Amino acid sequence: MESITLEKEEITWHQVCTSADVPADGGACVLIEGRQIAIFNFARTSNWYATDNQCPHRQQMALARGMTGSQGDEHKVACPFHKKTFSLKTGQCLTDSDYQIATYPIQVENGLVFVGL
Amino acid sequence: MYAQTAKRVVVIGNGMVGYKFCEKLLADEKKATAFAVTVFGEEPRVAYDRVHLSEFVGGKSADELALAPASWYAEQGIQLYLSDPVVAIDRGRKEVRSHTGRVVPYDYLVLATGSGAFVPAIPGIEKEGVFVYRTIEDLELIMAHARQLRTAAAHGPKRTRGAVLGGGLLGLEAAKALLDLGLDEAHVVEFASRLMPRQIDEAGSGILMRRLETVGLSVHLGKSTQAIVGEAAIKSMVFADGVTLDVDMLIVSAGIRPRDELAKRAGLDTHPRGGIVVNEFMQTSDPAIFAIGECALAHNMIYGLVAPGYEMASVAVARLTGIEKSFKPYDMSTKLKLIGVDVASFGDPFAEGEACQTIVYENKAKGIYKRINVTPDGKELLGGILVGDAEQYTMLLQLCKNKTVLPPDAEDLILGAGRGAAEGAGTIPGGVMSLPDDALICSCEAITKAQLCTEIAENGHTTIDQLKKSTKACTGCGGCTPLVKDLIAGVLTEQGLYIRNVICEHFEYSRQELLDLVKMNGLKTFGAVINQFGRGAGCEVCKPVVASVLASLWNENVLTSDRAPIQDSNDRYLANIQKGGTYSVVPRIPGGEITPDKLIVIGQVAQKYALYTKITGGQRIDLFGAHINDLPRIWEELIAAGFESGHAYGKALRTVKSCVGSTWCRFGVQDSVSFAIEVEERYKGIRSPHKLKSGVSGCIRECAEAQSKDFGIIATEKGWNLYVGGNGGSRPQHAQLLASDVDKETCIRLIDRFLMFYIKTADPLTRTATWLNKMEGGMAYLKAVVVDDVLGIADQLEQDMQQLVDSFACEWKEVVGNPDLRKRFAHFVNAPEEKDPHVRFEPLRHQKRALEWQ
Ligand code: SRM
Ligand SMILES: Cc1cc2nc3c(=O)[nH]c(=O)nc-3n(C[C@H](O)[C@H](O)[C@H](O)COP(=O)(O)OP(=O)(O)OC[C@H]3O[C@@H](n4cnc5c(N)ncnc54)[C@H](O)[C@@H]3O)c2cc1C
Ligand code: SF4
Ligand code: FES
Repeated sequence: MESITLEKEEITWHQVCTSADVPADGGACVLIEGRQIAIFNFARTSNWYATDNQCPHRQQMALARGMTGSQGDEHKVACPFHKKTFSLKTGQCLTDSDYQIATYPIQVENGLVFVGL
Repeated sequence: MYAQTAKRVVVIGNGMVGYKFCEKLLADEKKATAFAVTVFGEEPRVAYDRVHLSEFVGGKSADELALAPASWYAEQGIQLYLSDPVVAIDRGRKEVRSHTGRVVPYDYLVLATGSGAFVPAIPGIEKEGVFVYRTIEDLELIMAHARQLRTAAAHGPKRTRGAVLGGGLLGLEAAKALLDLGLDEAHVVEFASRLMPRQIDEAGSGILMRRLETVGLSVHLGKSTQAIVGEAAIKSMVFADGVTLDVDMLIVSAGIRPRDELAKRAGLDTHPRGGIVVNEFMQTSDPAIFAIGECALAHNMIYGLVAPGYEMASVAVARLTGIEKSFKPYDMSTKLKLIGVDVASFGDPFAEGEACQTIVYENKAKGIYKRINVTPDGKELLGGILVGDAEQYTMLLQLCKNKTVLPPDAEDLILGAGRGAAEGAGTIPGGVMSLPDDALICSCEAITKAQLCTEIAENGHTTIDQLKKSTKACTGCGGCTPLVKDLIAGVLTEQGLYIRNVICEHFEYSRQELLDLVKMNGLKTFGAVINQFGRGAGCEVCKPVVASVLASLWNENVLTSDRAPIQDSNDRYLANIQKGGTYSVVPRIPGGEITPDKLIVIGQVAQKYALYTKITGGQRIDLFGAHINDLPRIWEELIAAGFESGHAYGKALRTVKSCVGSTWCRFGVQDSVSFAIEVEERYKGIRSPHKLKSGVSGCIRECAEAQSKDFGIIATEKGWNLYVGGNGGSRPQHAQLLASDVDKETCIRLIDRFLMFYIKTADPLTRTATWLNKMEGGMAYLKAVVVDDVLGIADQLEQDMQQLVDSFACEWKEVVGNPDLRKRFAHFVNAPEEKDPHVRFEPLRHQKRALEWQ
């Protein structure tokens, strides 16, 4: 795994996998320095998102296995455990305002996926 | 201060009407302080909902049936004495005396003593095993007796038989209870030549009878019972025509007898045929004494229904509080659901002759009969009868009561022209919103359209539950519920708020519509379906629906093409996700039969991958706690030993439970294990709107619980009985008989048709039981389609099913052999061999369990 540091934004970009590793209109989990990050590939509209893999509801490590979708214009993911859904842009839980997940910058270049932490 | 001037009111009887009287009398504080109320009840409990008494058999508790909790009486300041009937009224001294010797003076006395069951003087009627059906105590006795019969018959050849004397409204209710109590036979014996002679005509009775027979009731009409035979307990009934009927218990429901004995002894006017005579203000021949409810004879009749009783209560209250109100001859229209069949009659149901024109619609296949009587000019509705489908009842009742001018083609009212457009057929010409403001919508609680509209529009009470709370509408007989639903929709539509019921924001179609579109257009991917018929990115609601539709139509592997991410979480990894994020593995064990060799393999695999093992409720073995990246390896080993996926994760066939049958069992009449395996092998892997379960029992003892399955098969001497629409789960329901004594081939053909019809028409996540409950025409209609093929689609259904059967492939086998698919079974895409470090177990009885979540 190589990493490039972009000093200006004070975030570290990690190259995590190829775009083909993430199912189209689905998600996958990557391990970055011991942290679990979920990444989502909205292939139909060419959008990528990165969030925590852990669902804050019952601390289950499974958001990457959740079903992606939209609510109005908002892209979202539903946790496979109890179907709480989260906005992928803001991380806000859409079905229960008590919950929130962190989101991370993500970029895809030449078929390589980079996540910024 | 007030206490001294408060009028003393004594109420005798704490039944439905007595309770309603108290509620209305003390409705507001001013009234509450003006009266001091004492209530005597003969029964041991506070007033309960007698109308829904039968639900006690279904498991509702006495507390749930109570109209108000005991604490309510105390809060209202009511002095309540239960289990203490009044035995004498001293009109001179204006006091009553109770059984336990309480003497209470009154200014006003209210008799609400109701009625008792009328028990005809048939020789032998006093025998053990003969019951009446009126109170919770009666039901407790009936239930205990039925339990005894069932236990005694459990492991012998004896059938348990019950009968009801009387085919009226209450008799049929009681007959339903007999069925619910699990007796093998339930009979209804009626003296008249038709069922429910007070409500419906000969033709309606014919239809009702056929439908009752499909659920297992035997109806005997025109039978006069001469004697009840048996030593201590009833053994049989003997009829005037010499025929006898063997029964182990009998419920007498031959009519009601007003409880007027107390009034009679006190010298009040009573009618020779029963009933305390009252005037239009509910006063008896002594103006300080009122009689209301089923004990009162008003306008020369006893009103055996609760709504007129409530109206009497309100008239009596009006009289005591100085309000002008009188009791008018009351409309006896009724709508009931009897054993799943709607029956309604309204206005003058039997009107005939010059001044009337009768329009009849009859559909024997669906078991529907409708009759309306209109004036010769076709302008006014006089009354009518509905059997099998009473959706239009409330609408017709409104037209009848309000004397609304009918549309030019009165037959449209029952034929339902303009159906399809609106949700139901019960639409009032011009819509429910066109009714006058003062139209009575809920007659039990006397609530008008205007009141409800205000609640909905101004107070924001837009659900039935909210309206029940705020207005009490729909809390009585429930007959007005459809109309109230229409009103909610109507008011919301006026406010621009009503939303059509479709899959979700991404698809403006129902599942059935979408299935037809996908099929006609030959679409096989989610992308194609959403591009052509949807919008947006889809969601957790519509994606699994599309996945299920695609699988049901084409049966291609659920994970190939773009279909993996649209599967519900369990289907996506072909395993059930559990607490902690591990998965369970359930190999198929058809019919529950397994060789020792295969058992050993399961044991070895479980040991190797450290899996918790458990025998499931579905006669197979579940291995829990598998890491996601072990799943393909586990399945590789299982498949090598000859196992296939058990689809425990899918909306598909789960298990076909079997009993050991004639191969070993001394009672078995057919080989149920072989048949169960055959059935399981045939339908395995087929995706449907919800999971499917089946069972095959080798004889009537039913050890495989086939009647609790979506489709269940029970061996008979002559072949097999096929039952459909059963369900366990939180709302258990018995399956109903679809065909009897059929051979194996016929049985399979009927299951093919039944399942395919279900797959094509059910809503998402709807089990067969719920689907059948919602089906218009119910079991009679399903039978007509599946057995008699009235729609002419049976061949197509069989072909479609055969195609699914032929295209079966074990999806785990495909995954194990396909590197691309295997790759998806990893927790970290960038570290596929690593396991999720968050997965933790703790020891449990020599195995392991998932750690409790925080
Ligand atoms: C394993 C098992 C319990 C056991 O230890 O015995 C089980 C386990 C689950 N049941 Fe069940 N049910 C099991 C037999 C039953 C039975 C009994 C039977 O089949 O004879 C019933 C009642 C019969 C029926 O379905 O009509 C049953 C009624 C349910 C229901 C309620 C269905 C309903 O219509 O109300 C659900 C919820 C659902 O499916 O929506 C459910 C859902 C579940 C799920 C799948 C919940 C979930 O989504 O995680 C459980 C998965 C556990 C796992 O991780 O593997 N399970 N479940 C049984 C597996 C049988 C098998 O071999 O496949
Ligand atoms: C199984 C069943 C199903 C029914 N279904 C329907 C239906 O679908 N629709 C419908 O409209 N109606 C139905 N009814 C009828 C409805 O229940 C009655 O119309 C209603 O209960 C009458 O109320 P009531 O208060 O007059 O009599 P009850 O409810 O019978 O109450 C009278 C009470 O007075 C008590 N009592 C009698 N004498 C004395 C005394 N001397 N001292 C103290 N207490 C005394 C009795 O024990 C009883 O508790 C059904 C009835 C039954 C039994
Ligand atoms: S009954 Fe509930 S807890 Fe038990 S297995 Fe079924 S779904 Fe799980
Ligand atoms: S753990 Fe995610 S919704 Fe419950």
